[in-house]
Amino acid sequence: MSRYTVAVLVKNKFGVLNRVTSMFRRRQFNISALTVSETETNEYSRITVVFGGEENAKQQLVNQLYKLPDVHSIKEFDDNNAVSFELLLVKMKNEQKSREDIRGAAEAFGATTVDYSKDYITLRLTDSSRRIDDFINLLREYSILEICRTGSVSLEKGSETIRQNLNL
Amino acid sequence: MREFEKGVLGVQLCGSDIIVKTLIEQGCDTVFGYPGGQILNVYDSLYKYQDEINHILTAHEQGATHAADGYARVTGKVGVVISTSGPGATNLVTGIATAYLDSIPMVAICGNVPTTQIGTDSFQEIDITGVTLPITKHNYFVGSVEDLADTIREAFKLAKSGRPGPVLIDVPKDVQIAQCEYEEKATVQKDEPFAAKDVRIIEAASIINFAKRPFIYFGGGVITSEAQVEMLELSEKIDAPIGCSLMGLSGIPTDHPRFLGMQGMHGHFASSMSMHNADVILSLGVRFNDRVTGNRSKFATGAKIVHIDVDGSELNKTVNSVCGLRGDVKLTLQKLLPLINEDKKEEWMKKVNAFRVEEETYLDNREGLTPRRVILTLNKHLGENTAVCTDVGQHQMWSAQSLNFKTSRRFASSGGLGTMGYGFGAAIGTAYGTGERSVLITGDGSFGMNLNELATAVRYNIPVVVLIMNNGVLGMVRQWQTLFYDKHYSNSVLQRKTDFAAFARSFGADGEAVTTPQDLDAALARAFKTEGPYIIDCKIDKDEFVLPMLPPGGSMDDIITKLEVEV
Repeated sequence: MSRYTVAVLVKNKFGVLNRVTSMFRRRQFNISALTVSETETNEYSRITVVFGGEENAKQQLVNQLYKLPDVHSIKEFDDNNAVSFELLLVKMKNEQKSREDIRGAAEAFGATTVDYSKDYITLRLTDSSRRIDDFINLLREYSILEICRTGSVSLEKGSETIRQNLNL
Repeated sequence: MREFEKGVLGVQLCGSDIIVKTLIEQGCDTVFGYPGGQILNVYDSLYKYQDEINHILTAHEQGATHAADGYARVTGKVGVVISTSGPGATNLVTGIATAYLDSIPMVAICGNVPTTQIGTDSFQEIDITGVTLPITKHNYFVGSVEDLADTIREAFKLAKSGRPGPVLIDVPKDVQIAQCEYEEKATVQKDEPFAAKDVRIIEAASIINFAKRPFIYFGGGVITSEAQVEMLELSEKIDAPIGCSLMGLSGIPTDHPRFLGMQGMHGHFASSMSMHNADVILSLGVRFNDRVTGNRSKFATGAKIVHIDVDGSELNKTVNSVCGLRGDVKLTLQKLLPLINEDKKEEWMKKVNAFRVEEETYLDNREGLTPRRVILTLNKHLGENTAVCTDVGQHQMWSAQSLNFKTSRRFASSGGLGTMGYGFGAAIGTAYGTGERSVLITGDGSFGMNLNELATAVRYNIPVVVLIMNNGVLGMVRQWQTLFYDKHYSNSVLQRKTDFAAFARSFGADGEAVTTPQDLDAALARAFKTEGPYIIDCKIDKDEFVLPMLPPGGSMDDIITKLEVEV
């Protein structure tokens, strides 16, 4: 099983996200992360899907996406052709015995403290999904209170854009 | 108002008028439907424009969708159905799903409560765009009258483009009442069909040119793209026998020398065996449904599959093809044909003929009113242009096996969804589509689901010959219970006392019961002379089987060709 990242440019209309996710549900695609965002134009929204499965399942997902009339264009990404980032917020218990270790871990990963009190610390990390996984695994040694991740967003390297990708 | 009406661009019309005018503009002359509170304005407009568009009132909205579906199957045009909100809209669901699974172009228009009441669970409000999301190509909720005409045009374009399918438009009542400018436009054309990529065509040609035992397997996509001439030319060129899915039936004449019949679970022996023994399967406008392939891991293991379909998502969906070509079947074959070498294959033809000879020995030639004899007797009465519809079950398979098709688009049967109760509505639609008498072959179980539509056929004096294969049981369920459930006939014995001839008379039609082939022949002669609907109640045995049968999950090695069951 591999992980695939697919960016989908869709019409910025009421109910489009529902159409996309409804298709994923009824065809039982295994989606591990999904983000929706505004884009450079009012006309379109951008959905970034991270999907786990076999190559032919990914191809089927892409083919099915193309059949939705609200989908404008699709781009498949891998680590070589795209920059991908995810945002993590993690809230830790602030205890005497672990305070220094947490600070050290945050420093090593380049995470920033965004909220701090004597009872808890909230850290922010922007990085690849894999690095965020590693960071969380490290923090599991201590007391995690709450985690929130955005799911990955990706842009192609170089000057090409998804809007040019109309080759269905 | 007056000044507006004389405006340069268009006239000021209310939403419901715009709906009807746009339907007319899109070439729609017959719609099927049922009125109700939230669609009353559209019905007022239908009244106003009744000289330009014909509305058929069915007994139930489901019947109306099946009628629109049947109309679309025989004409190739977009079938249109209209209903009110709430229960009217949910009654469309089975019909829309039937059309979706069989790729039938359809536009469904529903009323809904005024926009101010949407989302408040008001009387007869239902989120029909939500309900139909997975069973439509696309659907629309029209929130403003300005969007109405273009939405309908877009819906027609979508319904008929590429792989056709149903599109639903939900129109709140206030949008039907509101006014805006309407400008008549030309009928929208479907998206320009395209051939598969050249590189794929070259690849396909090299595979086909090396084939020793080629086989052509086609489905509804060949009928939709009208690729019959090209397909037959290819078949001649490379000595490939032809089989089809249920959806391909009527695509080429049954008596065409290359044609071996339907294949799959209840397909013709020679057709299924030839496909099983082929080394190259050229698959045209099909989707390798499980009813065709049986156990997919054992399906045609020795064959290379070349698959042409306009819907790219069908390639490698359930069966991996060596070469998948996304494109219109006709255009792709046109580009493929010049690259194919003429090659006669005597040995392969001998083998195919041997399968045919073997098939003959399995044919059911018993005397009396057997299922096969019912269909063969009917064949004698069918005209070139007669559309035959079925419901779902044993009678459907017997029809598929033994009907003698002469003309393309003259068979309407629910292949993908398998909708019992599809047939009567469809037969009404096909009669309007062909302008001729239709035949409905049904079972007593299926017929019981939507026999209310006899009222419609009587009211409009629609010529429909209804042939009920009456065995008092749900025959296909019984067949499975006999074979796989230790003869536990759980809830499959109907134990009804329906007198179908009396039922026909009570609705204002005519009918009779028959018990011998001679009686059936005479009854059919009467039926085909009757102006309106006519019901023939054919008494057949409850333990007739559909054979051959490929057990579910089995392969061609498990095929059942003969069966004697102790009763």
